[in-house]
Amino acid sequence: MWKRDEAVRQPAQPAVPTNEAAAAAPAAAAQAVRPDTIKSQNVRDVVNIGKSVVIKGELNGSEDLTIEGHVEGKIELRDHVLTIGPNGKIKAELFAKSVVVLGEVIGNVSASEKVDIRENGSVEGDITSPRVAIAEGAHFRGSVDMAQKVKAASGPRPAEVKSQQQQPSQASQPVMQAQAQKVG
Amino acid sequence: MLWDPRNKGNKDRPEAAAAAAALADTGQQFPTKALRKFLASLTSRESPVLMDLGPVVGSNVTFFGERLGCKILLEDIFGDLDRYPKNSETPLAEYLKTRLKHEPGSVDGILCWNLFDFLDLASAQALAASLTKVLRTDGALLAFFATVGATDARFSKYIIANEDSVRQRPYSSTGRKQTALQNRDIIRMFEGLKVSESFLLKTNVREFLFRKPAPNA
Repeated sequence: MWKRDEAVRQPAQPAVPTNEAAAAAPAAAAQAVRPDTIKSQNVRDVVNIGKSVVIKGELNGSEDLTIEGHVEGKIELRDHVLTIGPNGKIKAELFAKSVVVLGEVIGNVSASEKVDIRENGSVEGDITSPRVAIAEGAHFRGSVDMAQKVKAASGPRPAEVKSQQQQPSQASQPVMQAQAQKVG
Repeated sequence: MLWDPRNKGNKDRPEAAAAAAALADTGQQFPTKALRKFLASLTSRESPVLMDLGPVVGSNVTFFGERLGCKILLEDIFGDLDRYPKNSETPLAEYLKTRLKHEPGSVDGILCWNLFDFLDLASAQALAASLTKVLRTDGALLAFFATVGATDARFSKYIIANEDSVRQRPYSSTGRKQTALQNRDIIRMFEGLKVSESFLLKTNVREFLFRKPAPNA
């Protein structure tokens, strides 16, 4: 009988570990990850705006953002993913690379890659994106334009946040030109 | 306990009851001949504008977006009918006459599904006139009509499986009485449009594909 040569087999791990994979791995495996890999993981932070936060005005950023609070005005994350969480209530124009809606959005949504309205997500406004996914149980009222490319929004692009050079707490803050108030 | 047709004869057979329930949830798939022709009429246009009068179906949006690269106007008239008060002072026909706010001649294709089966003749005529107005010259309108004997009061979602078949899935709604319009009434209703194709399917559904001719044609 043939025997499999176990010594040649490679460990079944992804070539580039993701944040989720790194978080799920045991401590021993985490120690084995090279320092430069950890650094590259830290670059891709996700910022959260909590459900008690109310923002009125313009919100720009250069990293992925999840909003659980209330925002009125305009949100612009040109090259990043904007997620409206289940508690998020947005009355704003949205511009992002990709927009995921689990909460409520009233306003037009423009994405250069994809708009994804999940189950129980709600959008009332016009969507402009090359790819649009609307889940069963989602609410949508408006039009979907998958033909045109997303037009550049008026105003300058947001300044790049050099997150590697800043403190972690500062690096994770989006550039906000808004009045932010914490309720409760 | 309310009678549920899905449980009929399946009391002692839970597997059969579950299968029947699953079939009712996924809906009935039937072939369509007019959808392919409707799509063909729009593919020659660059960035066409499509209007869907049915409830929002995500997979349909993806289907049309990928096939046509179009702009889709989602106008859920079924939803309006569901919410429209029965004792409203404004007649439904008056409401439907002004429901669509789009510019005349601004839409390349209209999907009506079986909406007209749930309208009285006056309301159907009012909506048809409004649709004829917003349709662009050489634009196409697709509608399904029930034949005599249809009594299903439930509204349905039409989910496109491919160019040749559609799945009809009833969804929870108050619904309205379904009536079968006669062919001559349908043709009169869409005065200003020409019947391009019409099919009577084995499922007893009539498919009508209308085209808007040039004014002097």
